[in-house]
Amino acid sequence: MALNSKSTETESSATADTPAGTIRGAGRHVTLDEGLIFEKSAPGKRGMEIPPLDVPAVDPVAALGREFARGPIEGLPEVSEIEVVRHFTRLSSWNYAIDLGMYPLGSCTMKYNPRVNEHVARLDGLASEHPLQPAEVAQGCLKILHDLQKCLLTITGMDAATLEPAAGAQGELAGLLMIRAYLASRGNARKKVLIPDSAHGTNPASVVIAGYEVQNIRSNARGQIDTDHLREFATEDVAALMVTNPSTLGIFEERIAEIAAILHERGALLYMDGANMNALAGVTRPGDFGVDVLHLNLHKTFSTPHGGGGPGAGPVLVKKILEPFLPVPVVVQKEDGRYALDHNRPKSVGRVRAYCGNFGVLLRALAYTLAYGPGIRQATEDAVVNANYIRKNLEAHFDLPYDLPSLHEVVFSDARQRQHGVNTMDIAKRLIDYGFHPYTTAFPLIVPGAMMIEPTESESKEECDRFIQAMRSIAAEAEANPEIVKTAPHSTRVGRLDEVAAARKPVLRWKP
Amino acid sequence: MRYLPKSPSERQEMLAAIGAGSAEELFECIPEKFRLRQPLPLPGPLSEAEIIQYFQARAAENARGFTSFLGAGVYQHLRSVVADALIQRGEFLTSYTPYQAEISQGTLQAIFEFQTLMCQLTGQEVANASMYDGSTALTEAVLMAERLTGRRRVVLARSVHPEYRQVLATYGKNLGLEIEEIGFAGTGQLDRAALTKEKLADAAALVVQSPNFFGVLEDLPALADVAHGSGALLVTGIAEAMSLGIVRPPAEADIVAMEGQSFGIAPSYGGPFLGVIATREKFVRQMPGRLAGQTTDADGRRGFVLTLATREQHIRREKATSNICTNEALYALAATIHLCLAGKEGLREAALQNLAKARFAQAELEKIPGVRRVFSGPVFNEFALEFPRSVKLINAALLGEKIVGPFALGTHYPELTKRGLVCVTETMPRAEIERLAAAIRRILETPL
Repeated sequence: MALNSKSTETESSATADTPAGTIRGAGRHVTLDEGLIFEKSAPGKRGMEIPPLDVPAVDPVAALGREFARGPIEGLPEVSEIEVVRHFTRLSSWNYAIDLGMYPLGSCTMKYNPRVNEHVARLDGLASEHPLQPAEVAQGCLKILHDLQKCLLTITGMDAATLEPAAGAQGELAGLLMIRAYLASRGNARKKVLIPDSAHGTNPASVVIAGYEVQNIRSNARGQIDTDHLREFATEDVAALMVTNPSTLGIFEERIAEIAAILHERGALLYMDGANMNALAGVTRPGDFGVDVLHLNLHKTFSTPHGGGGPGAGPVLVKKILEPFLPVPVVVQKEDGRYALDHNRPKSVGRVRAYCGNFGVLLRALAYTLAYGPGIRQATEDAVVNANYIRKNLEAHFDLPYDLPSLHEVVFSDARQRQHGVNTMDIAKRLIDYGFHPYTTAFPLIVPGAMMIEPTESESKEECDRFIQAMRSIAAEAEANPEIVKTAPHSTRVGRLDEVAAARKPVLRWKP
Repeated sequence: MRYLPKSPSERQEMLAAIGAGSAEELFECIPEKFRLRQPLPLPGPLSEAEIIQYFQARAAENARGFTSFLGAGVYQHLRSVVADALIQRGEFLTSYTPYQAEISQGTLQAIFEFQTLMCQLTGQEVANASMYDGSTALTEAVLMAERLTGRRRVVLARSVHPEYRQVLATYGKNLGLEIEEIGFAGTGQLDRAALTKEKLADAAALVVQSPNFFGVLEDLPALADVAHGSGALLVTGIAEAMSLGIVRPPAEADIVAMEGQSFGIAPSYGGPFLGVIATREKFVRQMPGRLAGQTTDADGRRGFVLTLATREQHIRREKATSNICTNEALYALAATIHLCLAGKEGLREAALQNLAKARFAQAELEKIPGVRRVFSGPVFNEFALEFPRSVKLINAALLGEKIVGPFALGTHYPELTKRGLVCVTETMPRAEIERLAAAIRRILETPL
């Protein structure tokens, strides 16, 4: 990344960490101050040409009728190809990315996104295929989906799968709908879903769409689900518990089997949010420790690119009892070995997305899984080694609110730095000056001032050491020179942006 | 393993620093009986070359090299290599949701430009940073209408994409949403005679799609009047966004839910695509999904942030407007780049070519004895035809000619058996249209 200096041609730069110094007499090149694409537009320019029309032209007003036709769209940009390339290349240089360095966002699993996955997703015969083409000429796509299903079932120890959900949150919803349908088929869909206070925000939001009420349950002093509390709350109104395991503290729920037993005893099911599956793949299988429903985030554990916020994919894996309720369609292999989409499933919860899910993402996840094969355990081990190495090297400098063993991530708090007026967000912003993306700030909610660090297996020892040095240095700055931390970042094109003003008077689009 | 950057001795060094004798020790927090003793029986490991071989073999088992006349919500349009090259820049491809604005200005500014483009195209005032796809965008738009009106009933045109309607039914089932469907007329448009005051009384929304599933344009200004007359909102779905290049925008709609796949995104067997919600400014606080907004830093420099997050699940949890978190950011970027390249002239020209080629195809196919158009309403690039025999039979024969034929409407509409939906875009050469017509003529001339 070009961490461009924000200093301009004036001498006002107080931060003065600009290697090039100041410039007088000319403006900086626009690479440092790229405007909006709309501001470059001039009538008559274009960036794309189309082969000539080889059938008779038609007049749109005549063809559609005056009331349905539209003239040229005012405001659409008119720019050449080189301007488009430069515009977006310049914008890209203002982003941080995994390809540039460690991206230790806890719970986000920002691991390397293999380039071969991008290559195969674009192959003619895969990228070109239409989801409604007959199964006879879609065997390749269907086999990819079926092979991925088999791999995911092997990794999780579950019995049946749907690949349809477009992201983790949609997987949660699909899983909850299956739980509801299953319980309803047994006479009572029940009313509530239990959610630990350390859960991701999507969990309660999905519960509401599935028509359930949210009942929050406390973690105990060790950051684990309080089983006594669970016993008390797991009434016959409760449909399920949604547990993230390892939790958002990076800690395995050591009493997970007991938790499953408590729920099952009372006719409720155990839902596992698989956001943190990167701590478990190849080491343990949720299907073995009592989980009934599990969603995976393929854009986390299975390396598909986050792309600045999406796309993802959120397959859901279930135990046998829930199989009849899977969303339609289900990818099946017939007796003759051919693959098909099964729509005829009378107990299904229905369809959660058009077509067969985010195929292009699913395909990349299969490419990732095939690259490792049984060796996927090594990735898990390396992720856990990295998190523990960072923990070991930082625990003398930052407060560790929960001291149970960490798996793939470690959660510190800003308690010590707060004494100097420096909070988790300040430290995060200062990390940017050291060339790192910040960790996850202020989450999980059960840790005030949380600093949630997930290095993933993609980081070398050298990169981990560099991160540790940066964090230690910031801890020292927080004591000696808190102001430099509180006003960070100092090296980016723009400083901290006024979010309050953005929300108070929203400007959500460009206008001429 | 090529993705892992540690040597065996570095692993040992790190374990020693941690104070662990082996990696296994780090997993002792997992009860022993649940720890795997054997490697998982997964296929692989495969080298890069073997991975490519596997997927090339799969590609060969599909319709590679076939000519397809399928539309039905997924469209084959020209895609510039420029957009695909730019979205593969690591700084876009391998970055996270832009929560840390100072090092995400590239993504944030691109989202702001995307939101602007979506407003320009749809004639709406605000648009979000994307939804999963058209089907979930339509569902979220309906749930938004429910929140805005406090009403629970929805009047839904049967001419809305059948799979979109199925998704809405799945979501609506447990939310107490009452869905009442309304049929179509001989024009292929919503049956206005059935759209009575009683039908719309207490409705949160009238939900239509234009062009609808049959490719026919709905009379949105008139439908908006009828809906508003009963205090309902007009929710308009768009599955073929390319139509906006030449068709009047749904400015009268209160909420627009769009599939943006047509703007530079490959069919890719159904996803990932690009959902969009656009609406009126006054409804923005009930909108689902992320929004980028313009602001300044302490020195007055223009910058962009994610804003109005108090609608979202990570802040509001069970009170959020939606459970959506991950969206389709990379494909919003692809669409933005595509639209910038095509620009004002290119988009219009491409849309006009769709119109012309579909007209040509319709005329060519209607010359075949026994083949005639089903609906009389205005169409963009897709149209329904009636055939003298089952569409599935015709399609089976067309596969032998390396043609993927029309979508069989009987799949979702029992009254429309022997009707097929034909889609022709700017990518379809005239010769292929003529080849389709000749093939169907030949198939129909062959006795059963």
